[in-house]
This record gives sequence, C-alpha cells and structure tokens, in this order.
Amino acid sequence: MADAGSLVIKGGQVVDATGERTADVVVVDGRITAVGTGLSADRTLDATGCIVAPGLVDIHSHLREPGKEEAETVETGARGAALGGYTAILAMPNTTPAIDSAAVVQQVLELGRPAPCDVFSSGAITVGRGGEQLAPMAEMAALGVRIFTDDGAGVQDNGLMRRAMEYASGLGVTLAQHCEDDALCGGGHMHEGEWSARLGIPGQPAEAEELMVMRDIALARLTGCRIHFQHLSTAGSVAMVRAAIASGLPVTAEATPHHFTLTHAECQGYDPVFKVNPPLRTAADVDAVKGALADGTIGIIATDHAPHAPETKELPFDQAPPGMLGLETALALALTELDLPVQQVLAALSWNPAAAIGVGDLHGLPVEAGNPANLCVIDPEATWTVRGSAMASRSTNTPFEGRELRGKVRHTVLHGEPVVVAGEPQR
Amino acid sequence: MDSADVQRAVWRMAHEIIEANSGTESVVLVGLQTGGLPVSEAVADALTSITGHETEVGSLDVAFYRDDIGLRPVLPEAVTHIPWNLDGRTVVLCDDVLFTGRTIRAALNALSDYGRPRAVQLLVMVDRGHRELPIRPDYVGKNLPTRRDEVVDVHADGVDLGEMLR
Amino acid sequence: MKHLLGIEDLGGAEGIDEVMRLTDSFVEVSGRNIPRVPALRGKTVAWLFYEDSTRTRLSFETAAKRLTADTMNFSVSSSSVKKGESLRDTARTIEAMGIDAIVVRHASAGAPHRISRWVDAAVINAGDGWHQHPTQALLDTYSLRQRWGSLDGRHIAIVGDIKHSRVARSDVWAFTAMGAEVTLVAPPTLLPPSLEGWPVKVSHDLDAVLPTVDAIYLLRMQRERMTEALLPSLREYTACFGLTARRVDALRDDALVLHPGPMNRGVEIAAEVADLPRSLILDQVRNGVAVRMAVLYLLLGAGSDLVAAPAPEPLEGTPRG
Repeated sequence: MADAGSLVIKGGQVVDATGERTADVVVVDGRITAVGTGLSADRTLDATGCIVAPGLVDIHSHLREPGKEEAETVETGARGAALGGYTAILAMPNTTPAIDSAAVVQQVLELGRPAPCDVFSSGAITVGRGGEQLAPMAEMAALGVRIFTDDGAGVQDNGLMRRAMEYASGLGVTLAQHCEDDALCGGGHMHEGEWSARLGIPGQPAEAEELMVMRDIALARLTGCRIHFQHLSTAGSVAMVRAAIASGLPVTAEATPHHFTLTHAECQGYDPVFKVNPPLRTAADVDAVKGALADGTIGIIATDHAPHAPETKELPFDQAPPGMLGLETALALALTELDLPVQQVLAALSWNPAAAIGVGDLHGLPVEAGNPANLCVIDPEATWTVRGSAMASRSTNTPFEGRELRGKVRHTVLHGEPVVVAGEPQR
Repeated sequence: MDSADVQRAVWRMAHEIIEANSGTESVVLVGLQTGGLPVSEAVADALTSITGHETEVGSLDVAFYRDDIGLRPVLPEAVTHIPWNLDGRTVVLCDDVLFTGRTIRAALNALSDYGRPRAVQLLVMVDRGHRELPIRPDYVGKNLPTRRDEVVDVHADGVDLGEMLR
Repeated sequence: MKHLLGIEDLGGAEGIDEVMRLTDSFVEVSGRNIPRVPALRGKTVAWLFYEDSTRTRLSFETAAKRLTADTMNFSVSSSSVKKGESLRDTARTIEAMGIDAIVVRHASAGAPHRISRWVDAAVINAGDGWHQHPTQALLDTYSLRQRWGSLDGRHIAIVGDIKHSRVARSDVWAFTAMGAEVTLVAPPTLLPPSLEGWPVKVSHDLDAVLPTVDAIYLLRMQRERMTEALLPSLREYTACFGLTARRVDALRDDALVLHPGPMNRGVEIAAEVADLPRSLILDQVRNGVAVRMAVLYLLLGAGSDLVAAPAPEPLEGTPRG
C-alpha cells in the first residue's frame, strides 16, 4: 500500500498522547521507523511550523452508500475525511438498506478498501433500524464491528433497549445511542424554545434527548453494558453523563463541532442548512458542551457528517432532512472555537475515538518507531474560509459557509502513503 | 402677483364660471391635491357670495393615475373626497399651476371613475406653458411665461417665481 | 421594503402607519362606482398557494385587479404537490414567466423567506405555517384603527390557539407596535413553548380578563388539536375559552370582537355574538381588500425603498409634499 521508498515528515512539532517534541518522522513501508532530528529519506513532506499528530478518527460519519449516492459515496466521504486530517472513519448504519447484516457490513468495508481513509462500519442495533427486532450483532461483530447504533433514531422501546444492552455485553461491543424520544419530539424540527416559538417551527424540547440519556444510564447500571452517547447537545444531558461517569458507570460521550459553535438563533432565516438532529440548542447548552469537552466528561469530538443533496435542502425548513457536513471543518472548528490545549483537542479527535471504536491498534497511536504510520500534519496558524462548493463531499450543506477558521490540514498519511499533500488529495 | 392680484383673479374666474354655465346649479368644484385645494376653496367662496347658495367642493388625489408610478415613489397626499355621483354634473377641476398637463390627464381619468360628468372644465391660477399633452384651461388666473427649470409657487400671499432647486 | 414576509418588515409603527394611510385611500377607491385604479398597469402578480385558502386568495386577487395588475394563478392543489419537489425550482419557474410579485401561502413556516432568497420578484407572505400572516394583522389593525382612531393605550386580548396561530404571531407585533397592550389567553397547551421576548401578558382565565379589554380577538379552534391531546374536548374548550353570550355581558359596552375567519360558531364564538354590532368580523373582511391593495401598491408601485428612491419630479411646477 505504501510508496516504495522512505518518507520523512520534516520540521514539525510532534503532538500525541505521550506529549510534545520537535522531531522529524521517517516512514517506511507503512510504519514509522524513526523519530528524531536531522533525519532524511527518499521523499520529504515539509512540516515546518506544523503539528505532526496521529491521524484523526471520526466515530460518526454518514457516508450515504449504499442508497443515497447522489449525496455522498464512501469514496467522496473518505476523500473529504482525508482532507480533514482523518485516517479512520466509522460509517453510520442509516443507509438504504441499513447496515444491519453481515452482508451490508461487508459491502461497506469493501467500498472503503481503496479509499484514502480507513473506513470502518458500525452496525444497527435493530433490524432495518426499525426498533423492533434485534439485528444479528454477533455476525457483524465477527467482521470487526465494535459499535452498534440505530443512529438517525434512538431505540424507543425500553424493554428492547435493555435486551440489546444485555446481548451486547456478551459480545464485548459498545452500544451507541442517538438520544431522542420520538413521542416527546412530536414532529419537532428545531430546538423548542424562544426561536421555535417566534419562527412558528414545531420544536423538540431538550428533555426529549435528556429522557433517553437518563434511561440509558439507568440501563447501563442494570446491564453493565458499555453505552456511548452520540452528539450530546444539552446542559442536562451533560450533567447526567458527568454524574454517571463519576459513579463509575461504563459511559462515554461525544459532541459535534456544530453543537459547540452554533445556537438555535441560526434558524431564524429558515435555511435548512441549520437543521440537524439533535437540533442546535441555546447558548447555555453550547457553553455546557464546551465545559464538558474541557473537563473530559465528553472525551470525543465526532462530526456527525451528514451530506444531503442540494435539492433536498431547497425545501421549507420542516420538509428538509436534518444534517450537515462536518469532516472537512471539524478540526479547524475545534482549534478555532475551543479554548483547549492542542493535545486535548487531538485526544478528542484522535486517540479517544480510536479506542472507543476498537481501532486503537492502528489509529491514534503515539508517533513512535514501530507504530503504523497513520498521521496528519496540521498548520495551526493557517486561516481559511469555508466554502461548501470547494469541499470534496458530493454535497455542500455546511452551516459554516463563509466562516473564517484557523488551522488547516497540510498533509495526511495513511499506512505510510501520503493521501493529502499540501492540502491536495492524492487519490 | 401679490395677494390682491390673486384675489381679483379669483373673483374674475368665479364670474366667468357663472357666465359660461349660466349659473352654478350643476357645478361642482374639485381641487387637486394639494396645491389646487386652496384655489378651489377660494373660488367656491366667491361663487357662494355671488350666487347666494353653497357651492360644493371636493378634492382629488391623482397618485394612482399618474404615469410615473414605478419610476419614482408616488404616494397619495390625502384621501380623495368626491362624495357625489358626477353623472350629469359640470366639474370644474381646480389647480394652482398648469405646466406639462400630465396631472390633468391623470385627473380626467380619475374623474371618469366617479361617473359621467356633463362637462369637465379646467381652472388654474397660473398657466406657465410648456404643455406636453393637448390640454387647455378654461379659466386662467394669470398667464406667466417661464423657463422650464423655474419654479412657480402659489400661496395665500400671491405667486412667486424662483429657481428650481435641483 | 422589498418583501412582506413578516410584520417586522414594516419597521414598526411608522411603516404600519404608512400602510394604514395608504389603506385609507384604497378604502375610498373601493367605495367608488368603478372601484379600480390603473396604478399597477402592466404588473403581474402570481399566487403560489400550497394550501387551500379561498378567502385569502380572493381577497388578494380582488386587490390586484382593483389595481389593474394582471394575475396568474399557480395554486398547487395539495394532491399534486409532490413532497420533495424543490421549492426553489418552482419559484424560479414562476419568475421566469415575468412576474413582479409572488403571493405565497404555504403550510410550512418560512417558505416565503426561502423563496425571497431565490427570486427578484417581491414576495408577499399570505400565511406560512404557524409563523405569520402579516396582511391579516394589517387588516386587523386597520379595522381597529377605523373604530378607535388609534390603538395607543388600548388593551386587546387574543384568545385561543396561540401556539399554532400565524395570525397571533403577526397580530402581537402589529398591535403592540401601535401602542396597544396585548394579553394572550389560552390553556398552557395552546401557548407557544416560550414567550421570551414577546411584549405580552399571559392569562389562563378568560373571565378575569374580559372586563379589562377594549377588544377581544378570537382565534379559530382547529378540531385536530383534540387528537394531539392538547385539549380534552371542544366542549371543555368552549366552556373555558369560548365567547359565549353570557361572557359578552362581562365585556365593557364598547368592547369590540374580532375573528380572522372562518368561524366555528358555537366553539370559540357563540352564533349570536358573531352578529352583534360590536363584532368587527365583516369590517375585517371588507378592509382586507384595501389593505392588500396598499401592500401590493407599496411593494410594486410606490417604490420598494421610499427613502432611498430619487425625489419625485415636480408636477405642474409646484413641488409637492
């Protein structure tokens, strides 16, 4: 897979889980062979002024294939991921058909093999994500699936969720929950509050998310199964997860860049590019999510990258599908908007999610000789302007259009091969 | 013109109206918003004094009939007040200054939406020339030759001629 | 003002007053032998109604015709609207036919806002979901102004299903902009989830509010609210929030009654109440045409931006205004 010959990433500041140091990194045959100063090789990638870090890992990507290839394919999604500094992404199961069987898992893995980013698959908890019957988790786990979720929807039935967690605990896998109580959401299209009331858009209350967080924490206590909360968005959810972790329950959580940067006020122009589930919340919720990222309650930044073909966003707010692009902006938003040390940001974007999805033997590893060469090189001071039309994604639905961000990926190296060089995709 | 000149012109035109229409039985005055209003009221007062019975006065705003709608902001100055059916009446349109004739064209169109007058006559305090439409006044206070870029201002104290502020 | 999407587009009391003054002129026009002026000759107004509304459409259509505008009907019957059809494509198709204004009625809040971003034509919101119905609020304001001269210092209760009401969402801002005090009266299930920033008082007790109001505005009660468990029954709603003959006695003698129509007689309003002299319901309908003439004229004729537009050329030598 790697280029013949050796590669040196020269002049950068290495940042990984073990710390920081100025060093050149030599890569041969897919692995790091040397880390030190004054190193050289057949080919050089300039990293002057840059951070050299383990490649980023997204545990929440909607790649739309199979079924909605007009919005995204595994290939285009993976290319965008590579441009965003990712070397691994986890495909969400809400495709058509859903990833609820070994066959569809195989198909997604197969599509991901030539991609410029490792593509892993999640599996659905229930057949067709229908919330009624358990999907064959063991068969999918045998193919390496470590995360099961009905993402796009939460498992509504309390009894079924309990059984799913019991069953999953026997497989050693993690259940991830999209927390949203359908009955309480009642057809809502944005956060229920000041803005939904003013705009006349049906809202969904924060409690619709919090109720399911509360239930799943209780079920984690009951079953001992590891539960991961996807895209937490409310202050109440954050507080419950913080308490659950403190009481020793096997609970982890992720937050998305849009939930730590945008509020429901963005919806006032009725542009469905700001429609997402869970919805953009209040400024107090944004602060709570930031606080949870700072204190480690939320250890993972996930993109919830959700491409939608342009015509589907050219509808009234309540008719347009929820979701926004994320892979190409997540790192820059974290660097620009979070007042956190770079190492902590990278932990949330790389080694924490790598461990959560069980790919810690390949991704997120320290930049040390002997480890797989999955790396990204980030220019932390470079500023750039977000343009949906300039993205690798087949879709353009970024809510950050026109925003100036700080921090840009210069190179991405996948299994020793440069897949992004000087910001340009190589395949 | 000073105020005495204006007053004399009003009385003269009132007599001309009576003469032309053999009295004022069927005559109503309609002043054009806004400069024509004081003219119509002054003439009506004169007619009432001469004939001894009340002359009816209405007002007309021609904003919605103007030919430059959309070219520039055109908003009515006031609500039109023509509380009678004009069928068979003689309407004397009153305005302060007659210039291009475009306002009168608009006013003629507007009047036809209130009925079918027996006749429409035109009274102006000042005719300054420069007509752009085939319109001719029946009663004129004063013919005042002007340049196109001059401004004629008719008010209670008389008529002034000045430079147009552009 | 290029579009009328919500009451706030009029920029508060001054803009609303402008519409009111212009409406005075169009009320006069409507009373003539020939109630038509050539003000919008050569302009074309299109209806894009995604939701049936004969009353509003007829009112707009009459208004456009009295201004001598040409009209085009793009009423899309609900059955033929394929969900997922791009609103943008539809709007741009209409505009390509040379349209000066699009009057939009849509079941989705914000649909007119979206359309206004995609077309050069003026967009008028004729009701969008639960959001707003600005011309209704203008005709309500006009009808009250006709009786009172001014809304300043008056107390108006808006009663009923505020939560789902585009009329309430427009009236609140129009009435309060004109100086009135507004109290929303409804059970908590029929109030918006948040009233943060709304310049209103709230009550759940109609009987307590009745003696204090100068006008009571009753909203239409939709039957489907029962199935959504927002109310136990229509009977209970009428018992608590209906303007019954008995409750009318609690109103001050000069207090007015309004309703946007169509009425559910016997539900939010007793049959005999609707026909009392204090009822403004027919005034509202009558004034609807003149108000919509004013809005169309303001957007298409008077110049979309009165302030920035060039000064009028003096007619007949006398600078006017």
